[in-house]
Amino acid sequence: MTAPSLGKDLLGLQSLSATQIQHILDTAEPFKAVSERRIKKVPALRGKTIVNLFFEPSTRTRISFEFAEKRLSADTVNVASIGSSVSKGENLVDTARNLEAMRIDMVVIRHGSSGAAQFLGERIRSNVVNAGDGKHEHPTQALLDMLTLRDHFGRLEGLKVALCGDILHSRVARSNIWGLTKLGVEVAVCGPASLMPLGVRDLGVTVLPRIEDAIAWADALNILRLQLERMESGYIPSVREYNRVFGVTAERLARAPKDLLILHPGPMNRGVEIDSDVADGPHSVILPQVTNGIAVRMAVLYLLVGEARDWAGAASAEGMEDSE
Amino acid sequence: MPGVTLLLDAQAISRALSRMASEIIERSQGTDGLLLVGIQRRGVELADRLAALIEQDQGVTLPRGKLDITLYRDDLQTVGPSPVVAETRLPDDLDGRTVVIVDDVLYTGRTVRAALDEFADFGRPRRILLCVLVDRGGRELPIQADIVGLTVRTGPNDRVDVRVRELDGRDAVELVSER
Repeated sequence: MTAPSLGKDLLGLQSLSATQIQHILDTAEPFKAVSERRIKKVPALRGKTIVNLFFEPSTRTRISFEFAEKRLSADTVNVASIGSSVSKGENLVDTARNLEAMRIDMVVIRHGSSGAAQFLGERIRSNVVNAGDGKHEHPTQALLDMLTLRDHFGRLEGLKVALCGDILHSRVARSNIWGLTKLGVEVAVCGPASLMPLGVRDLGVTVLPRIEDAIAWADALNILRLQLERMESGYIPSVREYNRVFGVTAERLARAPKDLLILHPGPMNRGVEIDSDVADGPHSVILPQVTNGIAVRMAVLYLLVGEARDWAGAASAEGMEDSE
Repeated sequence: MPGVTLLLDAQAISRALSRMASEIIERSQGTDGLLLVGIQRRGVELADRLAALIEQDQGVTLPRGKLDITLYRDDLQTVGPSPVVAETRLPDDLDGRTVVIVDDVLYTGRTVRAALDEFADFGRPRRILLCVLVDRGGRELPIQADIVGLTVRTGPNDRVDVRVRELDGRDAVELVSER
């Protein structure tokens, strides 16, 4: 069977076709089962070395990638910006080239600057996986959200999903918008006007200014984390005010015409963007999202490693080793 | 131009499967703890048919399993784009069972090697038997089948295509040779 190629790197969902996204989600299915086995490991990436290069703090995403890598039998090294040469002012490419000189095969990168993953991918031979770059994209998070939606509804096409909260700063929102709209999902965004990017409608989404409207409209809510530092920068008046106007509460959900599926990429601010009785309620799939995260990341790593060979050959022919 | 020779038609396949089903019962000394596991893709359909024949004959219900060996292939690092992975589903209690691996064609033996490795990650069967519809020779590993529908000599440029009605709309085994 011929499968659609993903290319060397996974940088975002904007650059992928519906077929490619579908193929990642389909490939995640058999990988779900691997984590349920007695021996949670397959030898697919045996002998591959993967560096998790995290320039921003992350617990969930880093651990999820690390589990995915280990369950594929890859060897992994974690490099955090604190306590490494990164904190001594070494630039991104130098760090990555030094790692590459140690004969690694893949880099999973999280970085505060939008475009960092692509910048790196263009300069090293190893596969690059974007684990979140600035306000740009967080493709594996969107993929796991989509997989969780598909698990629950049995399909994606025709669903209505509302992304709620800080859309302006959210790479999760961006990746979700790209991915969901490509697969025929109707997407709405809901949040304070101060946290709504200009021109968001051009991405093919509906803007719903009130959380009540989003709840009345959607089949599922993906509730984004309110980054508390936004309050200090004056985007919102107070956390309590935010909860009062935009918080997803059981009372608000009770007025919905149907039960809504509740997603949250984590970590949650309970009592701010989401109330505890919603987060722990019967329609919450927040923990299944975490489980699916490993399967999706295993699928991505597995698919990318198959792309490495041709690319490595082409790169050496072009003399990629030379610095530009 | 490739030449196609019909090795087994639908009737011949059906006869071969009946005989293989009897041999499975004989070799496993009954159906206690018996588990038929088909290798994706066409092994799954064949295992299903063999299990149905044994169930009919013995008046029992047999568990089935399916195994996808893609992630255990020894050429995964060299085949090019990552192959599609299909479902693996095995019962939880593999320990102590007699497992019959069912595949359509036995050739190099590498698929079976991968399957044996994968079984080791699921448990410790008491015994594993190998059952194939066609043994076409050409082994690259010291592996042999216990139960065979048809043995045929083939060259390295030949192909043996097993068609099953569930997937292909018809039952046939064909030898495709480059001339």
